[in-house]
Amino acid sequence: MTTGTFAAAEASTASGLAGYAWLLIALPALGAAVLLLGGRRTNAWGHLLGCATILAAFAYGVALFISSTALDPEERTQDLHLFDWISVNALEVDFGLQIDPLSLTFVLLITGVGSLIHIYSIGYMSHDADRRKFFAYLNLFVAAMLVLVLGNSFVMLYLGWEGVGLASYLLIAFWQHKPEAGSAAKKAFLMNRVGDLGLAIAIFIMFRELGTTRYDEVFSRVGELGSGTVLAITLLLLLGACGKSGQFPLQAWLPDAMAGPTPVSALIHAATMVTAGVYLVARSHPIYDLSEDGRLVVMAIGAVTLLIGCVVGCAYDDFKKVLAYSTVSQIGYMILAVGLGPVGYALGIMHLLTHGFFKAGLFLGAGSVMHGMNDEGNIRRMGGLRKYMPITFATWGLGYLALIGIPPFSGYFSKDAIIAAAFSAEGWRGWLFGGVALLGAALTAFYMTRLLILVFLGQPRWKDLRSEDGREYHPHESPLSMTVPMIVLAVGSVGAGAFFALGDRLAAWLEPSVGPLEEAHGALSHTVVGILTVVLSLLGAGLAFALFGRKPQPATRPERVSFPVRAARADLYGNALNEALFARPGTWLTRALVFVDNKGVDGVVNGTAALLGGTSGRLRRLQTGFVRSYALSMLGGSILLLAALMMVRFS
Amino acid sequence: MLDPYLPLVFMFALAGAFALFSVTAAPYIGPRRYNRAKLDAYECGIEPSPQPVVGGGRMPVAYYLTAMLFILFDIEMVFLYPFAVSADRLGLFGLVEIALFVATVGFAYAYVWRRGGLDWN
Amino acid sequence: MGVTTFLAQADELRAPAVDYGAVAPVLIVLGAACASVLFEAFLSKSQRWIGQVVLALITLVASGTALAIYAGDAPEQGTLTLSGALAVDRPVLFLWATLLLLSFGSILLIADRSVEPGGAFVAEAGVRPGTVQDRAQAAKSGMQTEVFPLTLFALGGMMVFVAANDLLTMFIALEVLSLPLYLMCGLARRRRLLSQEAAVKYFLLGAFASAFFLYGVALLYGYAGSVKLADIAAAAAGTNRSDTLLFAGFGLLVVGLLFKASVGPFHAWTPDVYQGAPTPVTAFMAACTKVAAFGGILRVLGIAFEATEWEWRGVLWGVAIASMLIGAVLGLTQTDVKRMIAYSSVAHAGFLLVGSIALTPEGLSGTLFYLLAYGFTTLAAFGVVSLVRDADGEATHLSQWAGLAKRSPVVAGVFTFLLLALAGIPLTSGFIGKFVVFSAAVQDGMAPLVVVALVASAVAAFFYLRVIVLMYFSEPAPDGPTVSVPGAFTTVAITLGAVITLVLGLWPAFVLDWAGAGAFIS
Repeated sequence: MTTGTFAAAEASTASGLAGYAWLLIALPALGAAVLLLGGRRTNAWGHLLGCATILAAFAYGVALFISSTALDPEERTQDLHLFDWISVNALEVDFGLQIDPLSLTFVLLITGVGSLIHIYSIGYMSHDADRRKFFAYLNLFVAAMLVLVLGNSFVMLYLGWEGVGLASYLLIAFWQHKPEAGSAAKKAFLMNRVGDLGLAIAIFIMFRELGTTRYDEVFSRVGELGSGTVLAITLLLLLGACGKSGQFPLQAWLPDAMAGPTPVSALIHAATMVTAGVYLVARSHPIYDLSEDGRLVVMAIGAVTLLIGCVVGCAYDDFKKVLAYSTVSQIGYMILAVGLGPVGYALGIMHLLTHGFFKAGLFLGAGSVMHGMNDEGNIRRMGGLRKYMPITFATWGLGYLALIGIPPFSGYFSKDAIIAAAFSAEGWRGWLFGGVALLGAALTAFYMTRLLILVFLGQPRWKDLRSEDGREYHPHESPLSMTVPMIVLAVGSVGAGAFFALGDRLAAWLEPSVGPLEEAHGALSHTVVGILTVVLSLLGAGLAFALFGRKPQPATRPERVSFPVRAARADLYGNALNEALFARPGTWLTRALVFVDNKGVDGVVNGTAALLGGTSGRLRRLQTGFVRSYALSMLGGSILLLAALMMVRFS
Repeated sequence: MLDPYLPLVFMFALAGAFALFSVTAAPYIGPRRYNRAKLDAYECGIEPSPQPVVGGGRMPVAYYLTAMLFILFDIEMVFLYPFAVSADRLGLFGLVEIALFVATVGFAYAYVWRRGGLDWN
Repeated sequence: MGVTTFLAQADELRAPAVDYGAVAPVLIVLGAACASVLFEAFLSKSQRWIGQVVLALITLVASGTALAIYAGDAPEQGTLTLSGALAVDRPVLFLWATLLLLSFGSILLIADRSVEPGGAFVAEAGVRPGTVQDRAQAAKSGMQTEVFPLTLFALGGMMVFVAANDLLTMFIALEVLSLPLYLMCGLARRRRLLSQEAAVKYFLLGAFASAFFLYGVALLYGYAGSVKLADIAAAAAGTNRSDTLLFAGFGLLVVGLLFKASVGPFHAWTPDVYQGAPTPVTAFMAACTKVAAFGGILRVLGIAFEATEWEWRGVLWGVAIASMLIGAVLGLTQTDVKRMIAYSSVAHAGFLLVGSIALTPEGLSGTLFYLLAYGFTTLAAFGVVSLVRDADGEATHLSQWAGLAKRSPVVAGVFTFLLLALAGIPLTSGFIGKFVVFSAAVQDGMAPLVVVALVASAVAAFFYLRVIVLMYFSEPAPDGPTVSVPGAFTTVAITLGAVITLVLGLWPAFVLDWAGAGAFIS
């Protein structure tokens, strides 16, 4: 495996069609602005405007892609300078875009899947009074996500990074009447802040050591840095990726985020935003190429996460949460792939794209099911729905086949390649990571089959039940605006993998951005791995059939279960870990400070009310006490400050 | 070694000793004949008026105004003396400056006067 | 000794040379403040408000024009005038412009009479709320216009403060800016006792801090034999005197300055005073006092104590960390929106201190930019706070802000934007400010401090977020506050603040250029 510095393809100044690349961001941003500022006046046609801007951006993206394929590979990296954003002395950050195969790929994914989900949302949100706001936030998200992938420096990436965080936060909390929505949004925001911190510190380190944050300059000079610095940058960037992509130990927010509307889960928390971490690592590949240890940590995080996701996914009874843990685990695969280095960057991106198709399709299918089932999310209250929702069943089934990696569906090509590449890592690593990836494939087949059986096959368990609001269940197929996007995505689930993988089409296209795809030669040959994967997947699916498919399932979940199931139901104690790591120390710190401060600050707050009540005589004494204690705190501070100065002076 | 600051130290010591002595000696040698007036907040001849109600009594505002105006003009003198001594050397510039200074004080006086600060009733 | 020496000294007394062009902005403001006192004295009650508003606005425009004319062909390295008492250089011109702009917004908020009928200020503060006299007075709806001359005097003091080149001038300016502020805090029409309590607290603690400052000046004079910043710098660089005096004096002086800037642990007054003062005055204090105080800190540290940087820097690291953590952590538990912004200002003071102790051109320009950006954001934020009201005046308790977005989406939207700017989210001026300040600090070898600052800003982001959650994702209380329709003045002030926050987030380049145009002259 080589670790040589990869010189970023020399960027040419964007001209022609690429000169208008700012339109990609401006269009959805404009849509969001009009919808937010226009207020109720835009209620009638707001959702159409939202769709139109994304579709226009997609059309432009396609045109840009076609014109780009006409260029020589070396000329495909283009730089578009918009204006000087921050320039103060040594610090120069311009508002510039980098159009290269990697960013273009993401542009197509974001605007393409984004368009489909916008259209789907017209039907899905048609009963919602705040549909206009929903589309405004969706547009805002798309604009921010495009800034993230199109920016030409780490600061631009950070700009988009915060923007998608904000939009995701607004959208998770969109259904304000659900109490879990608010707390889920808060959790997502906080855990993302932990990750953002890592990204921000990494950017400052780059700026300090190299004086720039532009991709081309950082990558061409990263070789000057010491190995310790490089390792620090890789780990801090990884922390950022973990926060955004729901990787261990920051994975717990992603399943909770399913409290948002289903199109949001499909677009943001499955297809696009949560893959930003993979983008970050792939984009920074010249840095990761230099640090073997950094990549080992990336691989370890990916492997741990993919296992956690699979195991927890087996235990949940909530349709969307199972899919969310499946997302966590699939992103684990991608992180594992990009951690493998030059043998894996393109594979990670390929799995990201195919996953974008089939996972978005699976989520939209879940949304369609829930839409027809009075927004019921508990899969134990479903069953036998294939007869009532044939289109949903068919599209969902294709996505299912793609996810568990049955040839010739797209997941087979992308996941199989990653597993094979994982076996190619040196020595024990190959066996370990390859084995974990294989095990994950079997588990994935198990929990997805369980989902399929409980929802679509078997007995209709909902017949005698009522939903929470007392209505009977009348499952029905969804309207056309919802089924058409599902069908389109199903086509992608079927064909995308083969299209990308055959003849290394995608890898060749991405080469100017992430370097050439190296051939993986591992302990097991690609063919053997392929056969093993399929066999294990079938075994997993068969086991699920044996357990769930042969006898009727109860409509409530069994409480007396073994320890592994209990642990999995408790998110493998991921929440407890987070609680102990982040939330509780924070609470303690706050409480301690509040306790110290109680005498002064809280007393004043309480005193204020009493003061207004007119008990001024008693309060006058308290009041002087407060000023005295304030003065005392000032005096204490001054003495400390003087003492410190004197210590420095006499030491 | 005689430091030039030594007299200052003596000064401080003397002042401190005097203050300490007065405070400690007063209760022992002074007569102890308390009455109401002695226990008032400001034992300086001014009755707090009106008499204490629920929140305690207040001093008339006019008292403070007059006191502050006095201090204002008192301080003005401190600046006028050095000006008078060097009026020749400062020339026209000095004259304009001091006229502006007096005028500024005059503005404050005009404000107090026009807004009824000098009306005793 | 005695009279002869004094006369001999008087012999040396000469009229100083004055560069009138350079000091014209200050002279205009102070002159107008005097005229404003005369307005109070001689205009009839019905004419006062309009007269004072017109005078104040014209003054700010005139002073700004004088500043622009002077800045057009001012010497690049700056100039010393009034016997070296004032230094007018590029940073000072930037600070003056910042102060004038922020005062313009503040005056608009102060002058507004549409939100609170009769304005936010009263005469006869001794009248007890709820009594017959109080209701009679409210019915008369006469606004107390003394607040205008007080504002102008405070502004004049701030302008001198940031330009003062010796410590005595600085002290006088400190008092000129502080005394009007103490008074202005106590003028609230509503919640009068709270307001007066705030004024007394601010005054007592301010006097305490002034004493520290003055004692520091005295010790530094003992060390250097001069109060001029340049002489102190020369003495610190080139003598083998015992520098115990130097550092003791430095410590006391800095305490006085940090108090004004509400840097923790000298922040104790900030929440109480911000909460108690009438909101337009809080806006003025939060925006302008911060600018003035940090202008002074930058100049004192950059000129007088540059040579001894390595001795005091570690100590101010500690102060900055304390301030950021106190502000961020205590802000979390606040239930009053004004107190919350107060703690946020303590945290921001810590961030500003990070930039101030990086004595590099980047640190200077970054801090100047941060001051401008923060000033406008916080000004507009307090402007919004003044709009949310119930029957008892402003509804500042956070529970009353629940579901505000449903009642008034525009106000909630603007406030959300301002909170995001305070949190430092990109595309707002707050992000650029933090970015330039932190990168200057990192370049100057303060990476650990920047890590702490990033953690603190991540924590602080949470309590801004809490307000956003409350406004958007909670059900409004049935008897919740209404949002007043602001009059033209308040609308202009809030719009000004919000637009500048946005513009500086998108195109900060031109302001960064101005902020980095030159260095201090001494």
